[in-house]
Amino acid sequence: MRAFTQHRGLVAPMDRSNVDTDMIIPKQFLKSIKRTGFGPNLFDELRYLDEGKPDQDCSQRPVNPDFVLNQDRYKNASVLLARSNFGCGSSREHAPWALDDYGFRVIIAPSFADIFYNNCFKNGLLPIVLDVKVVDQLFREAEVEEGYQLAVDLEAKTVTTPSGESFGFDVDDFRRHCLLNGLDDIGVTLEDADLIKSYEDSRRKTAPWLFGAGH
Amino acid sequence: MAGKTLYDKLWNDHLVKQRDDGSALIYIDRQLLHEVTSPQAFEGLRIAGRKPWRLDANLATPDHNVPTTDRARGIDGIVDPVSRIQVETLDRNCDEFGILEFKILDQRQGIVHVIGPEQGATLPGMSIVCGDSHTSTHGAFGCLAHGIGTSEVEHVLATQCLVQQKMKNMLVKVSGKLGAGVTGKDVVLAIIGKIGTAGGTGYAIEFGGEAIQGLSMEGRMTICNMSIEAGARVGMVAVDDTTIAYVRDRPFSPTGEAWDAAVDYWRTLHSDDDAAFDKVVELNGADIQPQVSWGTSPEMVAGIDGHVPDPAKETDPIKREGIVRALKYMGLAPNQAITDIKLDRVFIGSCTNSRIEDLREAAAVVKGRKVSPSLKQAMVVPGSGLVKAQAEQEGLDRIFIEAGLEWRDPGCSMCLAMNADKLGQGEHCASTSNRNFEGRQGFGGRTHLVSPAMAAAAAVSGHFVDVRELTH
Repeated sequence: MRAFTQHRGLVAPMDRSNVDTDMIIPKQFLKSIKRTGFGPNLFDELRYLDEGKPDQDCSQRPVNPDFVLNQDRYKNASVLLARSNFGCGSSREHAPWALDDYGFRVIIAPSFADIFYNNCFKNGLLPIVLDVKVVDQLFREAEVEEGYQLAVDLEAKTVTTPSGESFGFDVDDFRRHCLLNGLDDIGVTLEDADLIKSYEDSRRKTAPWLFGAGH
Repeated sequence: MAGKTLYDKLWNDHLVKQRDDGSALIYIDRQLLHEVTSPQAFEGLRIAGRKPWRLDANLATPDHNVPTTDRARGIDGIVDPVSRIQVETLDRNCDEFGILEFKILDQRQGIVHVIGPEQGATLPGMSIVCGDSHTSTHGAFGCLAHGIGTSEVEHVLATQCLVQQKMKNMLVKVSGKLGAGVTGKDVVLAIIGKIGTAGGTGYAIEFGGEAIQGLSMEGRMTICNMSIEAGARVGMVAVDDTTIAYVRDRPFSPTGEAWDAAVDYWRTLHSDDDAAFDKVVELNGADIQPQVSWGTSPEMVAGIDGHVPDPAKETDPIKREGIVRALKYMGLAPNQAITDIKLDRVFIGSCTNSRIEDLREAAAVVKGRKVSPSLKQAMVVPGSGLVKAQAEQEGLDRIFIEAGLEWRDPGCSMCLAMNADKLGQGEHCASTSNRNFEGRQGFGGRTHLVSPAMAAAAAVSGHFVDVRELTH
């Protein structure tokens, strides 16, 4: 996995709560058997005026000029500023794959849905929870100031504004460690293979119906 | 010291290692696989040169992309070539790695969350995962069951474990008795309406109380299925006689001495009387009316006697904006009566409501009636080949067909419209599925979540009606 240590990037403010993963990447694009190529269809139904189809040339499609990512000032944004409960709904990992493929590295919101939050860390994408008042402030600043950037430091667990104001954030130690070092967490788990085997052996004795014939 | 919750017990029983950093390795007894969220996981195994840790813990079936007509044609019946490749890829991966799969022509094929319990592949006390958020369904059996992403599907295939942080405990207690015509679907929609679509985030929810204990396993599965729509990855119900009776004599269930030992263990799967919950939510079952969702989030629900809200009366600006946006998308007016919402299509199916009891409830309403001529389509999609066979044995298929509903083959179908079944732009659908998100059932489609009985009542009326007026 790609490591994440620090990032500074342009902020795109998406002023909408309860953004679900169907909205992030609609179902017709889940038919792909690859992990890449979802970027052109990120937020497809909000971004374009027509119905998107897999494998189509999106540069020819009519775009919704009101959608935040279609505005010139937010072109090449890599930090998505969002509202509460971002990523709710389906467990599809295609949602973080699409955000990553588009070019986002950081998502900031007052809260995230659990499965989406977890899926981000598996893909080198950093979801950051900040207090709702801080998020409100960042929204105001990003909308007023063109070219507004935020600097994120995962080691120090801080988000810093252009004026130098810094906000701390929490992230659990294991996820932070894996992301900072770009670790393959299957490899980390397999270091405990003996422990898993001995657990399995004892479970085979206490709950034999979970093993063997018919299973 | 306080007693343990059901979740605490399940967590402790599956704990392989507690790490100092707060994360834990949890053992997974069962992984269910389908074609949409597994191909990249198998590819990951292949690239890393890894093998599945324990083959017999896995069970696969294609469900999201399968057509619901002309099943005899098998994979050749999948018109969309991209969908076909995904189903073929699942077959190839399962064959290559040696994983048991109910393929498209197998009568045991169906929606993963229907076939697990149906086969006894879901047993009380198991930890169960699947790359699908509605895996919470299996919590109805006193299981620790939740949806995961594709990277975690690969992780479980390779290690039989998941890295987890323990969640907080929530009890949702539904006291009293449910009124006639009020189902598990109405209960869970009322719960989501009360606690909100993020109300359960970070929690494992246990559903308890007299109203829950009085439900069949089908009703409990419907409730646990939609835990995720309240933000909770895990929803559970304690094991009781209803659970054990359902599990008995299923193909994968234990027999003989193993059955007796299993039952002894399963009887311990309930929260202790003195268990402490981080949060408790209480509802009175007798107050719950048949529910209809009017908006674009499952928390946007009202009773059948209610009205679409007026955003002018909402004081929270973010919520007000959400209501305005939802009404615009749904093409509804503030204060409109729920019974005035006219429908274009009716969908009875999905992992929420496609089991035999759901179909019986719907059939009881449409029996001797006709689908309203104002509807473009009303369809019934059973959850599995075995549910379909059972329904046909009971004559439910004839009741549906005589009433003018289409009787289809099993799959996820119009719940998320990955196959050919979908809504047209602007169409209103009474749907027994779980999500009313924008575009979920088709580009520009408008979903109203209801119970099977309410969907059936809407089908014969052309608009929403209180099912109790038709049946009592």
